[in-house]
Amino acid sequence: MKKATIRFGGLTAVGDLDLQIRERELVGLIGPNGAGKTTAFNLITCVYQPTEGDITFLGRPTSRLRPHHLAKRGIARTFQNIRLFGSMSVFDNVRAAVQVHRSHGIRDALFRMGGFRRGEADVEKQVMELLEIFSLHEQRDENAKSLPYGDQRRLEIVRALATKPKLLLLDEPAAGMNPTEKVELMKLIRFVQEKFSLAVLLVEHDMKVVMGICERIVVLDYGIKIAEGTPAEIRTNPKVIAAYLGKEADDA
Amino acid sequence: MMHTGAKRSLLVAIFIAIAVSFFSAHFNRYYRDVAIDVAISIVLAVSLNLINGHTGQFSLGHAGFMAVGGYIAAKITLVFGVTAVAWAQPFIFLGALIVGGVVAALAGLMVGVPSLRLRGDYLAIVTLGFGEIIRVIFQTSETFGAATGLVAIPKWTTIGWGFGIAAITVYVVGCLVNSTYGRGFLAVHDDEIAAGAMGINPVRYKVTAFVIGAFFAGVAGGLYAHHKTTLAPTGFDFMKSIDIVVMVILGGMGNTAGVIVAAVLLTAVQEPLRALGPLRMVVFALIIIALMMLRPQGLFSFGKKKGAKA
Repeated sequence: MKKATIRFGGLTAVGDLDLQIRERELVGLIGPNGAGKTTAFNLITCVYQPTEGDITFLGRPTSRLRPHHLAKRGIARTFQNIRLFGSMSVFDNVRAAVQVHRSHGIRDALFRMGGFRRGEADVEKQVMELLEIFSLHEQRDENAKSLPYGDQRRLEIVRALATKPKLLLLDEPAAGMNPTEKVELMKLIRFVQEKFSLAVLLVEHDMKVVMGICERIVVLDYGIKIAEGTPAEIRTNPKVIAAYLGKEADDA
Repeated sequence: MMHTGAKRSLLVAIFIAIAVSFFSAHFNRYYRDVAIDVAISIVLAVSLNLINGHTGQFSLGHAGFMAVGGYIAAKITLVFGVTAVAWAQPFIFLGALIVGGVVAALAGLMVGVPSLRLRGDYLAIVTLGFGEIIRVIFQTSETFGAATGLVAIPKWTTIGWGFGIAAITVYVVGCLVNSTYGRGFLAVHDDEIAAGAMGINPVRYKVTAFVIGAFFAGVAGGLYAHHKTTLAPTGFDFMKSIDIVVMVILGGMGNTAGVIVAAVLLTAVQEPLRALGPLRMVVFALIIIALMMLRPQGLFSFGKKKGAKA
């Protein structure tokens, strides 16, 4: 489903990275600090453009697009430091994201003909359905930033889902969570992936989370892919242990 | 969500404005003029609120757009309107206002497209510079009366026109913002990067806000020209832009009702202070400083949006 070849010339932040995400696959991208996880993520989300190589999604190149084009193509993301729309309610946060695939624009908003009301009713239904799935519907009118941390994370994922993505990119979703919240998060990610039949790319620091849910893991170190495989393979890969798991293995 | 009542309340507001204006001949002339000032302030403040408040782009160029609209509209009436028969005059006035607004909107587009990639302070400086450029252009252009400005513009702005257009402005901005489409303005205001990731094109929204805001500033300029009957370039200096910005900040960024109240208060408060002569601006400034220290979230934001950030 997705074939990403990313090359960086000169100073190689991420070099010769081959990354492929197949349909409905849950892939984890891990690596120690400064390994280039975030750079890789930014390449996929069009924040940076690759100096060499290209990135394609569903057979079409995406590397020259601007970030806001991606949502239309079916790629949605969350942010490491949660970025909700702080002055809006829970409902409106999701509502703002629903409009990507709608043709309603400025004219409909101004003249408010019959189609407008039907359109807005339709939006409300979509948003409420989503909120109900994630049991956030009771907080629909609360300010998004007043939610507890875990709920904010959940809302951010709901907002991303509102753009009807085929690929969901999660940037360190477990950051700042306690162990109980992490377990909840793992359940949530798996649930989302099954329910919406998505491909998910999880960029994560926390080994337990990644090992616990990913079908395939890609390990980066110094911008280079040093290993790829199932959690079991990664766990025993000597290169990975040397680069990253070394300390954790000692602890355990 | 704005409900079906929106269109009806617009019509009611316009009707009341026109009805009141029928009796306005009996009003004290002074109060009538202040009332029209208030209406123009509402148009200016509510339209700037779309740019500064809802979309979060700090513009200091609103007086510039107002000048564009005012001069263009006044010129049109001076050329076509003065000799026209009485029944045609309202149509010429309406046409002049619209053309003035459209030209101002084009100016908004010209300034907006290159400069809206800038953020915060930088955008403020560019729009400030734009406002000054506009003023200087009118000041040196013979067609627009150079430093003397335009005089003997027919006094066509009535309470009906003023508040009718104020109602339309409130309606348009309200409808835009209170729709699924309009959530995009607030999304851009809150977090441009997140908005982008949700498929919202931040530049597009910003330019839209700028163009619509500039349009209404231009219309307000037309009303102003046909109210004061003279236009001088000095009337559209930097201080005028600041006045409008202050209304928006006092009312509470993005809070339309608050901004309207602030526009009414600030315009009306200036009047009794006139007795103080030059000290007026000092007292005015002190009031504003005091308000900012006591209620930085805006005078009239009573937690309308729960936990909205200050």
